[in-house]
Amino acid sequence: MSSPILEIQNLHKRFGKFEVLKGINLTMQQGDVISLIGSSGSGKTTLLRCVNFLEDYEVGLVAVAGEQIGYVEKNGKRTRLSEKKIARQRAMTGMAFQHFNLFPHMTAIRNVMLGLIKTRGMSKDEARSVAEKWLERVGMLDRRDHFPGQLSGGQQQRVAIARAIAMNPQLMLFDEVTSALDPELVNEVLEVILDLAKDGMTMLLVTHEMQFAHDVSNKVIFMHDGKIGEEGPPKQLFKKPKSDRLATFLKNSKF
Amino acid sequence: MDYNFNFAAVWRDFDLLLVGLWLGFVLAVISIAIGCLIGLLVAFGMLSKNKAIRWTSASYVSAIRNTPILVLILFTYFALPQLGIRLGKIESFIATLSIYSGAYLTEVFRAGLVSLPTGLREAGLSIGLTEFRTKLYLTIPVMFRNVLPSLSNNFISLFKDTSLAAAIAVPELTFYARKINVESFRVIETWMVVSMLYVAACYIIAAVLRQVETRLAIPR
Ligand SMILES: Nc1ncnc2c1ncn2[C@@H]1O[C@H](COP(=O)(O)OP(=O)(O)O)[C@@H](O)[C@H]1O
Ligand SMILES: [Mg+2]
Repeated sequence: MSSPILEIQNLHKRFGKFEVLKGINLTMQQGDVISLIGSSGSGKTTLLRCVNFLEDYEVGLVAVAGEQIGYVEKNGKRTRLSEKKIARQRAMTGMAFQHFNLFPHMTAIRNVMLGLIKTRGMSKDEARSVAEKWLERVGMLDRRDHFPGQLSGGQQQRVAIARAIAMNPQLMLFDEVTSALDPELVNEVLEVILDLAKDGMTMLLVTHEMQFAHDVSNKVIFMHDGKIGEEGPPKQLFKKPKSDRLATFLKNSKF
Repeated sequence: MDYNFNFAAVWRDFDLLLVGLWLGFVLAVISIAIGCLIGLLVAFGMLSKNKAIRWTSASYVSAIRNTPILVLILFTYFALPQLGIRLGKIESFIATLSIYSGAYLTEVFRAGLVSLPTGLREAGLSIGLTEFRTKLYLTIPVMFRNVLPSLSNNFISLFKDTSLAAAIAVPELTFYARKINVESFRVIETWMVVSMLYVAACYIIAAVLRQVETRLAIPR
């Protein structure tokens, strides 16, 4: 059997004295779509950021496609990988952020092309045609020459998703990608993600859209206080929560 | 007051004044270009994790900013040769002005860098760019565009500061003005024309820079 796309074992992360992740275990196979839910401050974003090493971690293992992220273990000692290697590892995963984080000084298509040229080593022409393909896929081809400041939030987020996915990552990370959007712009972004999921993209996503989490994922994880509070298929988790905590959380989320 | 204006002497050497004005402009352009490189480097130094680098950077900025520029000019030109560093007038002045503007631009760039959203860098890292490339393609270009207005102001100040080069006999506008003044005794006429030349030049430079700013501004 090939190694899982994502393997997290006993992951601990602290900010100073404050332990944010307290032993997370998680395995994702090709094509899995897992939603992380949980109240604010429970560690969802931090977990995602450990996967592409935007945060380092003290204890445990994060491995993407069988490769430990950020460190190498030698004789029981951990050393941080070189910057170049970490950069290469980051390109194995794609990330979409709550605030889009498009490059403001580049047009939509340039945003998508940058990584293709600089990280994937494509020629400009090659990069342009790949970028066009993905902008088309997210319905943004007609805005290819617009700057981020000239696009609505929903449009910016779709470009940001195209930018990440065009890199052909093994795994996509979505961190509350609709939370900063006006309500009427949420659906256009969720539809893009749904479309990618149908295509078999492996995705780990943090969301407050419970209906969406229910519809898109094959597994839902409820995070609480830096730990996995409860996990399972969406039907079970949403319909028959085991813990009072999850029940209360779901009631407050108006699901 | 019945003073008879006579501009003849000034007009006769007007071409010299224009040559001097142009030299001042060129000196300012070269100095701000070098100053930008210094400023960028030292700005990153100020934000370094390494305490010694931070300290060195901050010392450079405060030492330069707390020394009058005329003193810096005289020091570089007269004192450095005593230490075995011999530079021509123009080279010496460019060196001084670059180091001087570098200190001010450090502050401009440092402020520009810290005011960038952290998401910009993280988005760059997330598509597999190294820290260096993230700086090169993302943080520096965006910061640079954001600080263009203060860069323009700095350039105009610097251009006016080139008049101090007259102190070490660099043949720019003020130098020639003094020469004409001494030879013709037309004090009022000379300095009136020279002042107006500086004003006109600054006005034109500012107008051009405003155009550049609009063209380079990040579209919104
Ligand atoms: N860079 C940081 N420095 C210190 N504390 C942090 C940092 N990032 C997150 N935290 C803290 O870690 C906890 C978990 O944050 P986060 O992972 O963002 O939670 P969530 O995404 O579930 O809302 C919060 O209490 C937050 O304040
Ligand atoms: Mg979060």
